[in-house]
Amino acid sequence: MKDKIRKIIKDHARLSLDVEQLDDFADLGEAGMTSHASVMLMLALENEFGLEFPDIMLSRSVFESIETIAVAITSLQHMEHR
Amino acid sequence: MSAPQALNSLEASFSEQLTATEQFQLAMRIAGQHAEDVDTQGRFPSEAIQALRSARALSWYVPYDYGGAHAQIDTLSEATFELSRRCASTGMIFAMHQIQVACIVRHLSNSLWFENYLRRVVREQRLIASATSEVGVGGNLRKSIAAIEPSPASPCGLIQFEKEASTISYGAQADDLLTTVRRSASADHGDQVLVLTHSSDMEATQTSDWDTLGMRGTCSPGFRVRATCIPDQVLPTPFAVIAAETMVPFSHILWANVWLGLSTDAFDRAQNFVRSQARQNPGSTPPAALRLSEMSVRMAECRALVRAATQEYISLAEGEGRSMLSTMGYAIRINNLKIAASETAVEVCQGALRVCGFLGYKNGGQYSVGRQLRDAHSAALMIANDRLHATNAALLLLHRDGK
Repeated sequence: MKDKIRKIIKDHARLSLDVEQLDDFADLGEAGMTSHASVMLMLALENEFGLEFPDIMLSRSVFESIETIAVAITSLQHMEHR
Repeated sequence: MSAPQALNSLEASFSEQLTATEQFQLAMRIAGQHAEDVDTQGRFPSEAIQALRSARALSWYVPYDYGGAHAQIDTLSEATFELSRRCASTGMIFAMHQIQVACIVRHLSNSLWFENYLRRVVREQRLIASATSEVGVGGNLRKSIAAIEPSPASPCGLIQFEKEASTISYGAQADDLLTTVRRSASADHGDQVLVLTHSSDMEATQTSDWDTLGMRGTCSPGFRVRATCIPDQVLPTPFAVIAAETMVPFSHILWANVWLGLSTDAFDRAQNFVRSQARQNPGSTPPAALRLSEMSVRMAECRALVRAATQEYISLAEGEGRSMLSTMGYAIRINNLKIAASETAVEVCQGALRVCGFLGYKNGGQYSVGRQLRDAHSAALMIANDRLHATNAALLLLHRDGK
């Protein structure tokens, strides 16, 4: 899943550095992701994983790093499968 | 402490409280007395700010622990509103100062340096200005070019920065400056921190003038700022968090109170004008009264919006709710407040001008609303409404509004 996320970040987050080199826990904001880019990233993630982020998850803490995004998607997938 | 002693100290604190309220009322009156001159000369409202210092109002938001009055945003809102009814420039300076204090109070994370600094704010009633704007970032609060660098001349770990600020309100009058800069020379444009520097320790060169349509008393020209300080003067919390949880909501709520205050002033003048017409011709309602009624609808909407936003912020400001302040839904709502309040202010002032006619158009006199209208026009420009619409447009691609 993290590889998929990494690819989507590469395509949509418009970071100035190489996403392949980015640590799972690295702060995407500090890596240069603007709030506009984060919206585009979320839309792409919703499309790729076929889910919708509830409003409570539309916050910076959820989209802080590759790790937090993976956790959020996993928890949403679990909820949908219940 | 014996009982009589306790009683004495209680009385003393009670009379101090009374005096503080009376002193604030005095500051309000002084703001009104000098409003016209401040506007005409485009000068800093020094009398009103001095009176606010005497009322110890510059440290109202500082917690008890550091000697402040532990006020909440609703108290600051009300004070901003009352000042702005008399002099919007004074109200805006008061609001901007409180926003800086709030950023420090809410994000100092046990920093000893900032704890001591807050004690100084209380003791010395220091006025804090903000340098978030910068030439070259296109008005984007969340982007900086200036960066913190190690000071090459100093062997003891001092840091320095140089910033070309396109506007610093009361920059020449403030005691201290809170500046956004990149965390380091290698940091991304969005990786910002806030650094607090004393005016006495920095070099600020004015780079433009401030001869504007309105808000003339805020004295907000551009400055080139050069400062050297110790690393402790950098607020420990990243600016991204400070902006979302404090600077943006505080700004929009307190600014909205400035605009509500100045439009209430214009509305009152229009109402007095209609009343005087009615008195001259008892028995028939003057035609302008209808327009007044229309304006009153807009004022009521705006008051309700501002109050709801203030209450929502209070309910989220501490504890678990705090993370809600970083959600897209909250960003949309607080941007909506700013857009709506800034538009209403202009509409109401323009309505008042129509009601008062040439007596409203003339400068000076009890029905003059020119200053209020000119001041109101700044509202849509401070963080441009178009920028906020663009942000909300993007956020609405994801967020489902209206729930």
